[in-house]
Amino acid sequence: MVAGTAAIRGGLSPPRPSHPQGETGFFLGTSGTTRSPIALPILGIGALAAGVLAMLLGAIPLSPGAVFAALHDANAPDAAIVRELRLPRVLLAFGVGGALAVAGASLQALLRNPLAEPWLLGLSGGASLGAVLAVVIGLPLGWSVAACATVGALAAMALVYRISVVAGRRLDPRILLLAGVVVGAFTAAITSALLVIADPFTFHSATVWLFGGFGRSSWDMLWHFVAVAALPLALLWWLSRSLDLLALGDDSAATLGVDVEGTRRLIIVATSVLTAATVAAAGVIGFVGLVVPHALRSIVGPLHRSLLPAVFIAGGAFTVLADMVARTVLRPAELPVGVVTALIGVPVFAVLLRRSLR
Amino acid sequence: MRLAASSVTVQYPGAAVPALDEVSFGVSGGELVAVVGPNGSGKTTLLRTLLGLTRPQSGVVRLDDRDIGTWTRRALAGVIGALPQREEPAFPLTVREVVLMGRWARLGPTAAITADDEAAIAGALARCDVTGFEDRGIETLSGGEWQRVRVARALAAMPRLLLLDEPTAALDIGHEMALFELLRQLVGDGLGVLVITHHLNLAARYADRLVLLDRGRVVADGPPNAVLRADLVAAVFEWPVAVVPWRDGTSQVLPLKRNEERRAP
Repeated sequence: MVAGTAAIRGGLSPPRPSHPQGETGFFLGTSGTTRSPIALPILGIGALAAGVLAMLLGAIPLSPGAVFAALHDANAPDAAIVRELRLPRVLLAFGVGGALAVAGASLQALLRNPLAEPWLLGLSGGASLGAVLAVVIGLPLGWSVAACATVGALAAMALVYRISVVAGRRLDPRILLLAGVVVGAFTAAITSALLVIADPFTFHSATVWLFGGFGRSSWDMLWHFVAVAALPLALLWWLSRSLDLLALGDDSAATLGVDVEGTRRLIIVATSVLTAATVAAAGVIGFVGLVVPHALRSIVGPLHRSLLPAVFIAGGAFTVLADMVARTVLRPAELPVGVVTALIGVPVFAVLLRRSLR
Repeated sequence: MRLAASSVTVQYPGAAVPALDEVSFGVSGGELVAVVGPNGSGKTTLLRTLLGLTRPQSGVVRLDDRDIGTWTRRALAGVIGALPQREEPAFPLTVREVVLMGRWARLGPTAAITADDEAAIAGALARCDVTGFEDRGIETLSGGEWQRVRVARALAAMPRLLLLDEPTAALDIGHEMALFELLRQLVGDGLGVLVITHHLNLAARYADRLVLLDRGRVVADGPPNAVLRADLVAAVFEWPVAVVPWRDGTSQVLPLKRNEERRAP
């Protein structure tokens, strides 16, 4: 091996299953972009199983029969729990987790760095500051919170970008991460200060954005989330081939057909809005966007046409399970779901960081 | 198809002298042009300007008589294949995935991969002699194999021109020769090729034309034997050289040791 190629890989190359010659993926209208054509169906089944499990477990465990009856009949004994609490909560957790994973995978391609993630880059912190600010100054819950969270996420992203480009001339991944952590800490400090001066009622309703959780889930919140997240998700999916090319570097991407500056702006806005939608719905949840794309890239390959749908499903299932753990381990109390994802995500991050700096 | 720069001047912010100073030259289908010159003479800037990646302060780059700046990146990608000097993919890819990306510009954001695409990929792999490598991870490739895979990716887009920035840097002579042979073969098929290289002698033997850059200016542009004059090469590279004929009639440059200077042939 020549020295030049050792550098190509950057040390982050897990062994991958090779597929037989001529085998092609078959889903989503493309062929040949997926290494393991059964990966997506299997993920789908896994996600469904996670959802079913999450419907059964909770402060009050229910039998499969009871859940089934409640879904069918609005007058069943557990209908209120199943229909108004658990079902929207599981669906929201799925959507939020999927969105975080898609945002993470997209940021990783954009910044050419497998460590990029909405929380580590300070996007979630910015969004959470925006959301808390909206609540503290008394804006009505709902759209205004999502809008302020979006502005916060965009501002944080702009700041992180600015700091890392100025400090390192070119976009050094390590400086970028440092900038993200610093901006995240900064936004957390301002958010905490806001909460201290807020009245107790506001304090209570605003803390959820700091720690992350699905305790307030409702159908309304689910629809709000879907309304905000659908467009950026569709946009990132539409840009999936540009994401493939951007991960090669700017010059290669440009000569292979990408308008680098315009596309980069679109991706930044889309990931910021997506992060804001998740924060408005469930607060700050870290590491989903880090762990899930990393795990999935070795299964479905790094091409985003297959990777993005796969990480959406897997991120959704992961978050549904994390939420299930969060609301059952200390029953009847609830852990913030971000605590659960961090307990899993931090060790993964540590391993990835060591490998990427080697 | 012709890609041509006319009176192109590029000056980077804060730089005292321009990186390119009134540069004019072009490359057409069916010819192999080698751009040579010392480090910092503006070779990479020239390539980036020809590709529309760097905007000149004055002068214009035209592709088929149209200002390069008016082409979309996607349209350009279908006409000009390029191998930028540095490329470090962020994620582990297979050879097939790398070459497939050469089709993205043609396919656009949503079109499905068709038999045409598969045929283009297979053809590109075969031309670059990397057939059978499809499922290998690029981290397992040698430097020479990686460069041939990158050429295959460029060819998969069916370009009319191919621009390469030091494609043989860090390659041993076997891989280096294989790459120049491949370029010559592509030119035989009608492609126009522009290659930046430090290998004066290989450039002399493979290229139809040499363009010698010095401090951002074209100091010579013509058939290799006309460009590789000992006095000119010595002046530009600031090192004494002898120029000797090889048996195929091409001039070969021999850098001299200090004590050989006076006895130069």
